[in-house]
Amino acid sequence: MSETKGLTRQQMADRVALEFQDGWIVNLGVGIPTLCSNTDIGDRDIIYHSENGVIGYGPIAAEGAEDLNLVNAGGQNANWKLKGQKGGGIGGAMDLAACAKRVFIILEHVTRDGSPRLVQRCDLPVTARGVVTLVATNYGLFQPTGSGFVMREIAPGFTVEEVRAATGAPLIAAEDLRAMRMAAS
Amino acid sequence: MTQKSKQVATFQEAVRDIPDGATIAFGGFAMPGVPFNLIKALLEHGARQLTLVANTTGGAQQPRMPDIGMLVENGQVKKVICAFTAATRPTDVLPFTKYYEAGEVEAELVPQGTLAERLRAAGAGIPAFYTPTAVGTELAERRETRVINGREYLLEYALPLDYAFVRARRADAFGNLQFHRSQRNFNPVMATAARVTIAEVDEDILPAGSIDPDMVHTPGIYVNRLVKVPPLPEGLWPTRRQERRR
Repeated sequence: MSETKGLTRQQMADRVALEFQDGWIVNLGVGIPTLCSNTDIGDRDIIYHSENGVIGYGPIAAEGAEDLNLVNAGGQNANWKLKGQKGGGIGGAMDLAACAKRVFIILEHVTRDGSPRLVQRCDLPVTARGVVTLVATNYGLFQPTGSGFVMREIAPGFTVEEVRAATGAPLIAAEDLRAMRMAAS
Repeated sequence: MTQKSKQVATFQEAVRDIPDGATIAFGGFAMPGVPFNLIKALLEHGARQLTLVANTTGGAQQPRMPDIGMLVENGQVKKVICAFTAATRPTDVLPFTKYYEAGEVEAELVPQGTLAERLRAAGAGIPAFYTPTAVGTELAERRETRVINGREYLLEYALPLDYAFVRARRADAFGNLQFHRSQRNFNPVMATAARVTIAEVDEDILPAGSIDPDMVHTPGIYVNRLVKVPPLPEGLWPTRRQERRR
């Protein structure tokens, strides 16, 4: 994985895991979200669910401790296919996006060639419409509003202008904009 | 129970009557619960013009195990109905993709939960149902939707099967099945949706009635044939998952 600016993948996952409330049942998508299961969630009771039917899993198994009949599964990606691609990899992403009470997105703020991943209008085939609660990136924490993103928190080392320049949609700094909160560890 | 045992001696015998044009589902999700031995027997059997239903067309991991992609390569497949017809990472090209792009096989892409529910509906005798999944996406274009209590839902139809191939840890001679961990995944709904369900079983087949009824996951009334998976190297068993390298 190439070097990315701002938060690490685990830190992004840790930030989203801070949102999880006692008693929630949470499905973690493949990739960065899976790292949430490594986060210390203190005394909150969080039940992790995987769309292959596993309920109540914990941190990623160490090599040698795996059960070959037990896997975690993913699919919670905003992009299930490329534009013009024939077929795709939906997995459970559409079911989760349409049916979950809250949808959190974790992604790197820009693509490898520096293009923004937060855009005004998604020109890739959508997984579901208007369902996203919060977006965490290596640059900050964002709330989609329909016309743009409200930045609620900003990662260390960034200015609002830098984040705005890397975002493909209107970006509004929240009145109470604060430094990115990190999981207590 | 006095019924005759459903155990058959070989995978070849278990799939022998499958005709050309059959609709067959394969259980499993990643490695667990995939009936690799029955898929291998179907490759050898050679039935053609098949419609195959599974979570994925396979081939994303090494070592490669028998999968839909191999049946496509073998010229046996007319259509696939899957939740993945491409890998999660679009840059990772599945063996299936080449044939699909060349128009040599049809594919119907179905969200995972919708796929499970279409199978469950078929097993329960429900012809169709409404779901919020895929509303507003290109999968719902030009299809029937209905607003129920203020929310839009998409009409989906049941998916009945001719055959289901499943893999269980334990079975008795009546066909009562017990799965282990995430082996269970699609297997129980597929068993109910099929006219003929064939199970490959990890452990020795037990005498009928020897599994505690409270511990049965799929009742034997849904299961028609059982084959015990032989030990390695004759039988195929899940292996540690590795990312495919190119």
